[in-house]
Amino acid sequence: MSGLAAPRARLVPYLLSAPAMLLFAALLLAPLLATALLSLHSFNLYKGIENVYRLDNYKDIFTDVYFYEIFARTFRTAFLVSLISIVVGAPEAYILNRMRTPWRGVFLLVALGPLLISVVSRTLGWALLFGSTGLVNQALLALDLVSTPLQFMYTETGVVIALTHVLVPFMVISVWATLQRLDPQVEHAAVSLGAGTWAVMRRIVLPQVMPGILAGSIIVFALAASAFATPAIIGGRRLKVVSTLAYDEFLNTLNWPLGAAIAVLLVAANLAIIVGCNRLIERRYQEAFG
Amino acid sequence: MAFLILDKLTKLYGETAAVDALSLAVEKGEFVSILGPSGCGKTTTLQMIAGFVEPSAGRIMLDGADLLAVRPSRRGLGIVFQSYALFPHMTVAENVAFGLEMQGVPRAERRQRVSEALALVGLEAFAGRFPRKMSGGQQQRIALARALVIRPRVLLLDEPLSNLDAKLREEMQVELRQIQRSVGITTLLVTHDQAEAMALSDRVVVMNKGRAEQIAQADEAYDRPASGFVASFLGKTNVLTGIARIEGGRVTLAIGAAVWNLEAPAEAGPTTVSVRPERISFAAVGGLEGVVRARIFHGSQWLLQIETPAGYLSVIRQNNGERLPGEGERVGLTWRVEDMRLAPGEGAAI
Repeated sequence: MSGLAAPRARLVPYLLSAPAMLLFAALLLAPLLATALLSLHSFNLYKGIENVYRLDNYKDIFTDVYFYEIFARTFRTAFLVSLISIVVGAPEAYILNRMRTPWRGVFLLVALGPLLISVVSRTLGWALLFGSTGLVNQALLALDLVSTPLQFMYTETGVVIALTHVLVPFMVISVWATLQRLDPQVEHAAVSLGAGTWAVMRRIVLPQVMPGILAGSIIVFALAASAFATPAIIGGRRLKVVSTLAYDEFLNTLNWPLGAAIAVLLVAANLAIIVGCNRLIERRYQEAFG
Repeated sequence: MAFLILDKLTKLYGETAAVDALSLAVEKGEFVSILGPSGCGKTTTLQMIAGFVEPSAGRIMLDGADLLAVRPSRRGLGIVFQSYALFPHMTVAENVAFGLEMQGVPRAERRQRVSEALALVGLEAFAGRFPRKMSGGQQQRIALARALVIRPRVLLLDEPLSNLDAKLREEMQVELRQIQRSVGITTLLVTHDQAEAMALSDRVVVMNKGRAEQIAQADEAYDRPASGFVASFLGKTNVLTGIARIEGGRVTLAIGAAVWNLEAPAEAGPTTVSVRPERISFAAVGGLEGVVRARIFHGSQWLLQIETPAGYLSVIRQNNGERLPGEGERVGLTWRVEDMRLAPGEGAAI
């Protein structure tokens, strides 16, 4: 009896997850594979896309400083956005978690607000604020903090600010979820053992929410590195990042294979960073938080 | 002067008093339990001493100095929380060392004292483990070691054994008492478990609705409860109604067909009577007649439910080989005059 049942029982999990796996394969893996294959083709201005399988596109990208600059800018921006999201989002989540019932809900909604607004209107809103006659510069000028308008539009600073604005909620949610699982008495225990406010934060709260901060950072980094609309509008045509570069190759130069190669590299770099961070988290926190 | 003094300590939440003018004096080295049902204000009291809740009125003095003027982190109290509140990201040794680190104790001495504290609770072998991987009883011991290692002036225990199973809880009670004795530390235990409070403490404070109903030694409070609440909260009791009569110089109390001669003068008329189940015995002849309706075996003792004209009575008899009546058997119940507590009137608070 059990000899018959055992192999079938082993198949059950696969059968149950088959529909989801099929959907996943059709909608994600297939296009990715197609993009990867496309990136191996070559492109000729006169003959268009040629069905060959060569690594020429990758060679071009790896030997051209122009691409280096764009990749460096993308990951620099993503790194800065993640860093600022930690500095802003982690305390924000902690404060939200400490609030009393009516205000907690209200401010959580405010904190998550940026996610509820369409990316185009949100980014155009930032463009209005950032312009040389925009609200930010007018305020700075009126307060005599600057003598000439600051340049936000078409700069990395502007892109970082606008991206941080929309991605901080992911950090807040992630840290919030970790904070929910903390025992509030643990902080009291630390205080009773002589820890001041700062020591409680640094030695007790921060290490416990660290998995949440790292998980949030992974989400923010991945989304910032692959963001398209915000760098396209705030960064403009000249301040390119990898996603706008790929877009331009596809739709302006019509060099689909090169665009595909850039997209594949972006996915690969993102994956490498995310998987690396994840490993780090697991190894560091497995034992204590299991 | 007592070591720890609570002086008319009060905590108001809006209009309601969670703790209402509680006064208590604890001697150095004494083990005092604050006992009461949930919501009686016992945990709030503990939190005011710890400094996590600000009192609305009253004073707390420790060793002659005003404790309320001291920041919570400088009060030097060892606290064991109900949830243990161990630091999950630290090993057992790091947990215990944390308080010493905060006090700036040098590393070498720290290591010495941590291993002493772990030896005290029998966990030397587990110093490098993380708390999550340990059982409830072990976590409880870590919490105790962490609180004791800083050599606190007072040990505060907030329902420390309530998350353990019955057998382990009994073992830990014995161990806790031994450790408290050997360290000689002044200890305040908050609990809702009357058996735990009576087993561990020198004195108990029975609290109800923010007030201390009685502060006394455990056996004193059990045998001579100051109020009906204390009587019913500490152990089981039977409450019946009898009729007191005064004829000539004699005062008698009748419950059903059974009659007791009272020495103390009483008011004539209906009288509320309270008798502990273990003080009731079976009469050879006479007594309060009843029928055994249920026999419940508790190992060392039997609990019998007996239906009498005065209502159902619980009787506890030691399992000492004595022949006990079976279910459905008619019996006569009796007890000594001094085993009764009386209050005039029917359904009076007792």
